[in-house]
Amino acid sequence: MLNRCECECTGLSQKKLTILGVLVETELEKLIEREKPTILKKWFDIAIQSYDPDTAKFLSNQKDPFANPVGSSTLKGLQGLLDQLLKDLDRKAVHSYLDPIIRIRAVQAFTPSQATAFILSLKQVLREMLDKKLQDPKMAKAFMSFESKIDRLCLMAFDIYMECKEKIYQISANETRNRTFRTFERAGLLSEKKGDRPKIKKTIN
Amino acid sequence: MAEEIPKPEELMQIKHRPPKTDWMKTPTNIRKGMYCYASNPKSVAYVDLPNAREWNPMEDDWKLPDNWQEIIHDGFKERLERFRSFKVFMDICVRCGACADKCHYFIGTGDPKNMPVLRAELLRSVYRNDFTRAGKILGKLNGARPMSLDVLKEWWYYLFQCSECRRCSVFCPYGIDTAEITIMGRELLNLIGLNIDWIATPVANCYRTGNHLGIQPHAFKDMLNFFVDDIEDITGVKVEPQYNKKGADILFITPSGDVFADPGTYTCMGYMILFHYLQEKYGFDITWSTYASEGGNFGFFTSHETMKRLNAKMYAEAKRLGVKWILGGECGHMWRVINQYMDTMNGPTNFMEEPVSPITGTKFENAKSTKMVHITEFTADLIKHGKLDLDPSRNNHMKVTYHDSCNTSRGMGIFDEPRYVIQNVCNHFYEMPANTIRENTFCCGSGAGLNAGEDMELRLAGGLPRANAVKYVHDKHGVNMLACICAIDRAALPALMEYWVPEVDVTGIHEMVANALNLPGQNERTTDLRGEDIPGMEGETEVESEEEANE
Amino acid sequence: MNARYMFSLIAVIVLLLIVWAGTAVGLQVVFGIIIPYLAIVIFITGFFFKVLNWSRSAVPFRIPTTAGQHKSLPWLKHAQIDCPTNKWQVVVRMALEILTFRSLFRNTRMSLKEGSKLSYQLEIFLWVGALAFHYAFLAVVIRHLRFFTEPVPFFVQLVENIDSFFRFEFLYPVFQFGLPGVFLSGLVLLLAVAYLFLRRIFTPQVRYISLASDYFPLFLIFGIALTGILMRYVTKIDVTAAKELTMGLVSFQPTIPEGVGTIFYIHVFFVSILLAYFPFSKLMHLGGIFLSPTRNLTADTRARRHINPWNYPVPVHTYEEYEDEFREKMIEVGIPVEKMPEEKPVEEEAAVEDEKPAQEEKKE
Repeated sequence: MLNRCECECTGLSQKKLTILGVLVETELEKLIEREKPTILKKWFDIAIQSYDPDTAKFLSNQKDPFANPVGSSTLKGLQGLLDQLLKDLDRKAVHSYLDPIIRIRAVQAFTPSQATAFILSLKQVLREMLDKKLQDPKMAKAFMSFESKIDRLCLMAFDIYMECKEKIYQISANETRNRTFRTFERAGLLSEKKGDRPKIKKTIN
Repeated sequence: MAEEIPKPEELMQIKHRPPKTDWMKTPTNIRKGMYCYASNPKSVAYVDLPNAREWNPMEDDWKLPDNWQEIIHDGFKERLERFRSFKVFMDICVRCGACADKCHYFIGTGDPKNMPVLRAELLRSVYRNDFTRAGKILGKLNGARPMSLDVLKEWWYYLFQCSECRRCSVFCPYGIDTAEITIMGRELLNLIGLNIDWIATPVANCYRTGNHLGIQPHAFKDMLNFFVDDIEDITGVKVEPQYNKKGADILFITPSGDVFADPGTYTCMGYMILFHYLQEKYGFDITWSTYASEGGNFGFFTSHETMKRLNAKMYAEAKRLGVKWILGGECGHMWRVINQYMDTMNGPTNFMEEPVSPITGTKFENAKSTKMVHITEFTADLIKHGKLDLDPSRNNHMKVTYHDSCNTSRGMGIFDEPRYVIQNVCNHFYEMPANTIRENTFCCGSGAGLNAGEDMELRLAGGLPRANAVKYVHDKHGVNMLACICAIDRAALPALMEYWVPEVDVTGIHEMVANALNLPGQNERTTDLRGEDIPGMEGETEVESEEEANE
Repeated sequence: MNARYMFSLIAVIVLLLIVWAGTAVGLQVVFGIIIPYLAIVIFITGFFFKVLNWSRSAVPFRIPTTAGQHKSLPWLKHAQIDCPTNKWQVVVRMALEILTFRSLFRNTRMSLKEGSKLSYQLEIFLWVGALAFHYAFLAVVIRHLRFFTEPVPFFVQLVENIDSFFRFEFLYPVFQFGLPGVFLSGLVLLLAVAYLFLRRIFTPQVRYISLASDYFPLFLIFGIALTGILMRYVTKIDVTAAKELTMGLVSFQPTIPEGVGTIFYIHVFFVSILLAYFPFSKLMHLGGIFLSPTRNLTADTRARRHINPWNYPVPVHTYEEYEDEFREKMIEVGIPVEKMPEEKPVEEEAAVEDEKPAQEEKKE
């Protein structure tokens, strides 16, 4: 399941060698790069475990993306996010990976914190992996700056979560509005000319 | 809940990995966004259904009759005798789990009780307790449990999270159809007044005015008149629909959603344009009815009896008008009702003739008893015989994929007619992956009366598998139009698409037919039925080559 | 620990101890004659009454699952098996369902590739496992007819020949596996039961839905197969004596011959329990599948009317009532009406107005 990400990361962009401590930072990232499949696996497992255990097993076992959109979107998204964390977080790219995961979680039985918490659990995964290496102060510093990237990711996730929730309410409000409006109009209760009638397509999109 | 945040893992593991409770011991938590509002007592009373009262599923007291357990037990017993399907399905499930991951609600919500087998076990557990010896003796060990208020609430919550789409029944080695079990379960719930308003009110409306929306006859005609004007604006041709015409050859019935809600309205305009074309060219004589102005049947989601009461109008009106046969519009559950129930319930229909297309002379032998023909059968036959003058390039701006509606797929078997029509009226057609179409099609997530506004999260989660497949063809082929032959799809899929794949719009088949159809005496057609410019045709002379926009 | 399978396991162990103790105190007659007779009576009557009970329920509507193109226009290819329109097509559909578990096989047909991985391996196992289990069971049952017939019919011999086609022998002095020809079916049965059990334990979804009554027959059949195999290959029971007992049962002159060991009685007792349990359990899917309305009905309701035996008249809103309510409005917009308005008193309209059902927009 995790082999695919390896080929994706071969084209990893070069680090900018401009700031101090960049060597350590690169070292940390190299380390993460090397352990990527393991990290990804752990991260994915934690994200999936937020579902009911019986569901979690299905999500991680069923490989067909059409029979299991939740599991496959999550895996694909996490792969992309990890890549992004190793680069500079590109807002647009991050959005494209984060959105499918959060979009799903926004319609499922999660509270906002539960829906976004899986991002922060990457810290836990990394801490466990680095463990003793973090005693090196340079490494610890590099890790802190990496962690703050994760924090940024989490904040972006929350934004997306809110966007999705708002979208849901907007969709149902629009539906109700359009239905009611059209009933009134058709029943002759409104006096607009037919040319004025909003096309629903327009109001929705 | 906020105070539990400290560590994400903790939060996840504590909150989401409950101690492995047995499903029977897991309480039902009725969640906002997942359920539909309780029925309006006026609607329930209007059609004389039991226990009409104000109630709220979120409150503890559901205001049930004192003897509700007895009512459920007796109702259960009666249905076991009346429906062999119910009795056999209660007995023979071996819980092999083949159906478990086939349900779009399970895939989308991840709630284990949305596995079809477990949805059925909700009823089976009570069946074993009440009607089998082994269940009485062994109790819980044999999966039996007595009916209680908690069980009842679980029934209500999960039976209104099933869209009766039958996908699970395709994979069941014994053909156990969860839809059938949901239908029975909902009948039982109706006996004690546990309904949802999105179903109850359309039922009452339909009973009174002939359609779910409660459109009165004059307003119905007004609406179609709007379309007449719109069609004239777009094509320059004035179509003249006929209403309640005695002695017409054919009666046309379509779901009222087509008359009322976009984008179904464009499909409705499509029908009108097609009929006008046939009338001009071949003297086709078809009438609309204001009395039988609803093809859909929300009674189907209430009880067999209610379904029959609403459905009776179709044949009654055909008889009164003296038509030869009935043509039915694009609708999902309407056709499941027509195919599986109508003739049995309200036939025989010897006052009509065996349906024959007056234009091609084709005998619709497959409909010789119900005397009702599906419009895609009718149109496919016209196209096959070269009776339509079509210019598919007017649909070149659409890259179309086709969503098989669950009811017409697994409850009727209509797969190739719509595809044939689509491929003849537009140039860009792409199929979704094979395990998401035809008999494996995924539901829109809003069927069986669940397309309300308040259960939007359920709808969006349940529609995820469908949307996911649409997204795939959108990404791969640039598909921007999702075609379907179901009014609930046309009402529900736009919301689904807006959330998951906002670049994709929804259409009925006959909207595309009408876009492509050349009407005698038409203007230069520069816009489609939605009034949007057709790329490459704005203002210039009609482009004849159909390859123009092809890749 | 899962109480559901533990309970079933304990139940089977208790049954084992009962028969063990029983034969030790000389209750051979009970376990070799009385219980088998009882079991067979319970099985036959139970099965019969269950099927009778099912068939007593009506089939009010024709509701087959249509899993393929229906028969409509002559130039569209009709899926004859998946959407059958006549009895023969139904027979083929049922036969494929019963003999090859076709619907279960669909599990695999939908698979796609994700990356370079095939996704259907796990899915196909259920189908393979189920087929292996049922066919092995059938072969074992047919082989056992040898014990109940004299002379042995040709097809029993035939099945035995096929079954022992893969003849392989271990010839150790102590462990002479293969000396009586090895029957594949017994081993396959054992393996398949083990698979079906492990699947219930290790696939979380299936574990979640499994009941004690799902584990019990698996343990029981495992016990039956195991004792059978032990008798044949390890303890080598006196086959002639065993046949004497079984022939005694079928000829209604039951005897308890010398030389059949406890293990034989365990075997027979387990089979008896299985038979007696059968009609009251999910094992009745054997009979039920023939009666499943989504599979055994033709999908031609529009061409041939189906009769509902309990169809009853229901109240409907007639056209007359409808026109009475809306007549004036209809006339106003030029919709033809049956009766002209002057015949209708005015008060009636007001009365009807009150009963209006709630409108769409009144939702919260």
